Amino acid sequence: MPPATGGGLTGSELRARRGRCGPQTARPASRDVAAEAAAPSPKRSAVSSQRLEAAGRWALLALVTLLSFATRFHRLEEPRHICWDETHFGKMGSYYINRTFFFDVHPPLGKMLIGLAGYLSGYDGTFLFQKPGDKYEHHSYMGMRGFCAFLGSWLIPFAYLTVLDLSKSLPAALLTAALLTFDTGCLTLSQYILLDPILMFFIMAAMLSMVKYNSCADRPFSAPWWFWLTLTGISLAGALGVKFVGLFIILQVGLNTISDLWHLLGDLSLSLVTVGKHLTARILCLIVLPLALYMATFAIHFMVLNKSGPGDGFFSSAFQSRLSGNNLHNASVPEHLAYGSVITVKNFRMAIGYLHSHRHLYPEGIGARQQQVTTYLHKDYNNLWIIKKHNTNSDPLDPSFPVEFVRHGDIIRLEHKETSRNLHSHYHEAPLTRKHYQVTGYGINGTGDSNDFWRIEVVNRKFGNRIKVLRSRIRFIHLVTGCVLGSSGKVLPRWGWEQLEVTCTPYLKETLNSIWNVEDHINPKLPNISLDVLQPSFPEILLESHMVMIRGNNGLKPKDNEFTSKPWHWPINYQGLRFSGINDTDFRVYLLGNPVVWWLNLLSIALYLLSGSVLAIAMQRGAQLPAEVEGLSQVLLRGGGQVLLGWMLHYFPFFLMGRILYFHHYFPAMLFSSMLTGILWDTLLRLCAWSVASSRLARSIHVVGVLSLLLGTAYSFYLFHPLAYGMVGPLAQDPQSPMAGLRWLESWDF
Amino acid sequence: MLGFLKRPIVLTTDINVNVVVLTGVGLLSRLWRLTYPRAVVFDEVYYGQYISFYMKRVFFLDDSGPPFGHMLLALGGYLGGFDGNFVWNRIGAEYSSNVPVWSLRLLPALAGAFSVPMAYQIVSELHFSHCAAMGAALLMLIENALITQSRLMLLESVLIFFNLLAVLSFLKFSNCQKHSPFCLSWWFWLALTGVSCSCAVGIKYMGVFTYLLVLSVAAVHAWHLIGDRTLSNVCVFCHLLARAVALLVVPAVLYVLFFYVHLILLYRSGPHDQIMSSAFQASLEGGLSRITQGQPLEVAFGSQVTLKNVFGKPLPCWLHSHQNTYPMIYENGRGSSHQQQVTCYPFKDVNNWWIIKDPGRHQLVVSSPPRPVRHGDVVQLVHGMTTRFLNTHDVAAPLTPHSQEVSCYVDYNISMPAQNLWRLEIVNRESDTDVWKTILSEVRFVHVNTSAILKLSGAHLPDWGFRQLEVVGEKLPRGYHGSTAWNVEEHRYGQSQEQKERELELHSPTQVDFSRNLSFMARFSELQWRMLTLRSDDSEHKYSSTPLEWVTLDTNIAYWLHPRSSAQIHLLGNVVIWASGGLATAVYTLLFLWYLLRRRRQICDLPEDAWQRWVLAGAVCAGGWAVNYLPFFLMEKTLFLYHYLPALSFQILLLPVVLQHVNDHLCRSQLQRNLLSALVVAWCSSACHVSNALRPLTYGDKELSPDELKALRWKNSWDILIRKH
Repeated sequence: MPPATGGGLTGSELRARRGRCGPQTARPASRDVAAEAAAPSPKRSAVSSQRLEAAGRWALLALVTLLSFATRFHRLEEPRHICWDETHFGKMGSYYINRTFFFDVHPPLGKMLIGLAGYLSGYDGTFLFQKPGDKYEHHSYMGMRGFCAFLGSWLIPFAYLTVLDLSKSLPAALLTAALLTFDTGCLTLSQYILLDPILMFFIMAAMLSMVKYNSCADRPFSAPWWFWLTLTGISLAGALGVKFVGLFIILQVGLNTISDLWHLLGDLSLSLVTVGKHLTARILCLIVLPLALYMATFAIHFMVLNKSGPGDGFFSSAFQSRLSGNNLHNASVPEHLAYGSVITVKNFRMAIGYLHSHRHLYPEGIGARQQQVTTYLHKDYNNLWIIKKHNTNSDPLDPSFPVEFVRHGDIIRLEHKETSRNLHSHYHEAPLTRKHYQVTGYGINGTGDSNDFWRIEVVNRKFGNRIKVLRSRIRFIHLVTGCVLGSSGKVLPRWGWEQLEVTCTPYLKETLNSIWNVEDHINPKLPNISLDVLQPSFPEILLESHMVMIRGNNGLKPKDNEFTSKPWHWPINYQGLRFSGINDTDFRVYLLGNPVVWWLNLLSIALYLLSGSVLAIAMQRGAQLPAEVEGLSQVLLRGGGQVLLGWMLHYFPFFLMGRILYFHHYFPAMLFSSMLTGILWDTLLRLCAWSVASSRLARSIHVVGVLSLLLGTAYSFYLFHPLAYGMVGPLAQDPQSPMAGLRWLESWDF
Repeated sequence: MLGFLKRPIVLTTDINVNVVVLTGVGLLSRLWRLTYPRAVVFDEVYYGQYISFYMKRVFFLDDSGPPFGHMLLALGGYLGGFDGNFVWNRIGAEYSSNVPVWSLRLLPALAGAFSVPMAYQIVSELHFSHCAAMGAALLMLIENALITQSRLMLLESVLIFFNLLAVLSFLKFSNCQKHSPFCLSWWFWLALTGVSCSCAVGIKYMGVFTYLLVLSVAAVHAWHLIGDRTLSNVCVFCHLLARAVALLVVPAVLYVLFFYVHLILLYRSGPHDQIMSSAFQASLEGGLSRITQGQPLEVAFGSQVTLKNVFGKPLPCWLHSHQNTYPMIYENGRGSSHQQQVTCYPFKDVNNWWIIKDPGRHQLVVSSPPRPVRHGDVVQLVHGMTTRFLNTHDVAAPLTPHSQEVSCYVDYNISMPAQNLWRLEIVNRESDTDVWKTILSEVRFVHVNTSAILKLSGAHLPDWGFRQLEVVGEKLPRGYHGSTAWNVEEHRYGQSQEQKERELELHSPTQVDFSRNLSFMARFSELQWRMLTLRSDDSEHKYSSTPLEWVTLDTNIAYWLHPRSSAQIHLLGNVVIWASGGLATAVYTLLFLWYLLRRRRQICDLPEDAWQRWVLAGAVCAGGWAVNYLPFFLMEKTLFLYHYLPALSFQILLLPVVLQHVNDHLCRSQLQRNLLSALVVAWCSSACHVSNALRPLTYGDKELSPDELKALRWKNSWDILIRKH
């Protein structure tokens, strides 16, 4: 590192000041002027020195990139077993290769890319990815890990270029690159088959291209301007396509765009038409393009996954009919519900299942001792019900009777096919939801009482309409008590075979829990029509899969009696995650940030807030700052401000989230925090140097400061690298351990 | 000095008759027949029980808000001489004669009445016309939902009162700022802003939204102040300091003060004790403190203790064991160690007693002098009644198979060795040599052989475990969690050598006098923390609604129905006001954006001072509506229509502001102005008409026939109760 740093420092002295901010272009740093004035060198030598400098910059970038790739690809194949969430994302990659349908709470792009990488590298999708610790044996997994590491390696050059553009200072960029290269957490997270490297790649790409197009603002509608603007849009689509966390970077780009447009609008030299052009270009590139790409990933997702798989049960009947291998695929059933039909009834809410009954009674003390009615997720004979008229018990399948369709508003009876009991409700409290009424199976051979009568209603339809299989959203309203049949979604105890509770709710509010649809429909008197015509359109399945994902995310609630990671743990590096291995004989990998880097970041945020507000107040008070300080404070307030905003947007929303959180959620924020550290220390050291009058001392303060920070992080990486590259032997509390003495916090368990 | 001798003393008072009249009418509308109905109406049943607790000085915990609101209501009860003897269990129950209904409902009614003149004042402080101010007050006066809510023993009207007071005093303050900073009235209004903000927060957490709004407007003003170069640095510093003290320090201190008074008032133990930690319970009179008062402080080898789980969820419980063993084979086919069960039991029981034993010695009594147990010591835990050792081993726990089973070791017919050594870790220690203290210390038991930690898993055992809670050894502790920490609750030094004697001793109460009190700050922080983290799961209610339904008034709440007739009280807004309020908000937003974009292009539609007024009015009124409404979309708790009322009160202020703006700046000709005035008059009278039509449902004083009731059901989603005969 040292020679590179030296080159960087010389380069930085002649840094160009681009950008459209008036004060920056108008007032070049005083020392630059001084340097130029003091060195009346011939023009040719200036040109050659500029060329040399450009070459130096490229060399430096190459070095940073190389180092990043080297650290990320070093010992990538270790450990040769599944680590942590590889079990999920590797498995989902295999699903794409096998084309079986699955459900996940994240959008599909990341897993699709993993699948693609596996496919291209010769992985055949046969490995089961059952649980962490399973050996890969002969299966080819390096393609997928290599792909993630490849994307993860780009984070550092991206951060380097972003900081370089924001601060126009090589030392700041180098410092950022060093912090990220030598952070064990970023390193670990980039080395496995996970979504995070892919997500962070797109986040950083979006940030970099946003910064780049900001600095092209003086040449609007030029080729590079369009290039960076489009690239921003594409990266945004990528970020959102991997995880919903991508919304935060979209928010940041959005805020940046709004303030950008605000400045353009205030510039009276631009005509309104030009402003309109700017607005249109941004709408096209930052809204339309990402949306189109995002939907395209879903289109590919649905196209690739066309076989029935483990995710079917989460989706509606109509959705399932798309999947080959599912019993609804290419099935043909009578289209309209008629009396005498044998049907299954599915709840509209995700993961509730079919209306079900079986030959077991509610236990003593729980409502009336009658037959249980539950919902059940699996397909089973006990899900079959016969739909009958409420007042006649004649067999409607008698060929002499004409077919009579069930219509919206009819009073019906539902008879359980296997046990011949009627769906029944009464004023007893339900087993778990005490404010609702109990639902039971009642009667013998289809004869019961008036509590078996239900009014069937189609949501949002007029009276008298027929009821469509699969398509109609129906409600069952109990005639006597006026309550609505629904499922509470609560799991019954052992006596109910851990199926879900069915209740009749007296609150007539329309919730998905009380809406049902008819799935199977058997009626020999009616012609079967192919369900292909009923297949949902792309916008419908897109909407449905989003609803299911959102609900799935909300369902990930932390358990009461478990230790859970809290957002305030993260910046202080309170506790890591075990990626592999527990005991002293295992090969252990522990996801933990390099404490030196992280605590420096934490300190930097505090220092930034302090110095930023001092500068802002001084400027608001109208203090006359020297040109040099003025320039530096602009870098600090504008460049640093953008990065700080990024950190806040990627961190604070987690405090509001109710879902279960993990340590690795902090890493996008950590990237921004490291960029802030780079900018802050470089600027502070320059300010320090400026305040000491003598120029030689000034320079040495800056050089020594940056160098010591670089070397310090490098040394701390040397200390902590076993966390990422793996360690064997006794645990850290043992003095024999290679990590002895490094367990600085008691909560780190490596 | 002696000026008064030369000149006569003159007192000039300025009486704004409008304000007086408005106050009078407001009082009339809110106080008229206040004691009717003489029955529990809707949430009175909820607040009433807390008033009774205050009257009886019994400790309670309510997660719905800080205690100031409850205390205000209780003050009404105190002044009315309420003794707290009433069973608050059913809406509609008739009040007995000892309940001073009038004084209980007086305070909310007064708050509601004073909101009317305050609306007038706020609009005139925003420098809008007297006519607009009268309009705001009139709307506030005739809004049915506000009348209903303030005539009952509920807190929303008090919250609205303090919200408006905070805004009003802030406006007065910033108007003072322009001509005479640091004068007496400047200080008064500044301080009043802070005080009323903290009162609002003290009533309901919702008050925080208005507080933040006031803070941010104040911050913007302060930022301009910093930029004002005519002021000296010292002067700016003084300004900032005064604001910081009045708007940050004073509210914080007051907030803590509410809790201080709350805890001073409630010194007796009560039904919510169990939620609190042992240390907190011991600080209350009666309850746990009666048992623990005489206990020795330091736990020694040979001590007899009960161990309570610190986390206490799903139920507060004590470490327990009994003679029954784990079933040989579980229902799912897994096997157990077939040893004696160890559970967590939510009731006091003699089987909750454990003896702390030194592994190196055989005796189960406290030596003299007692040898205290310290952090890091290895101990054995002996179950008092069965004399078996607490043990864990590499067998999967019954319901949490990833953790180890915890049992009391049975030493016959068994192939497994005893693993009954536990290392004691004091979680809240100050140094590594700390002594284990009764009640105060939270300890963890780390198993010496397997480094598993004794933990309450939260699952209920099936019938073979008598539905008690499962206790396991957590193999992979990922950091500190309350469910792995335990504290000694009851404690005595064991004296009996023999098992029989010891059993007798276990049954007897503890002695030795030793009193111990928790500091106020510790109690405050615990209470506050519990209030914020307590989760009530009953999430459905017949009248709950979603924020979207509020704006359009698609929902109502039936508060009360006369036991015999059809007279009833509903929380139901004035449809005209709600609709036009929504409209005004939309118009304001659009106009504001329009002006803003045009100003950016240097086209000024409004003169500078009119623009400033327009922005400030928007920040206060539209901003007040937004901050009091939008956050509800993020909340997961059960929501009701009355949650919208604070937002509505700000919307009512916005209406006349927008109307006057349209009149002053958008109507270009006299004709248009006249037209607008005519429209406004028509609209006002329709609002009055609607208010009058809904009056029977607001006051509940008039019996209506089923037809009349049906005629009042203007929206299908309104739930108006019609008796079937």
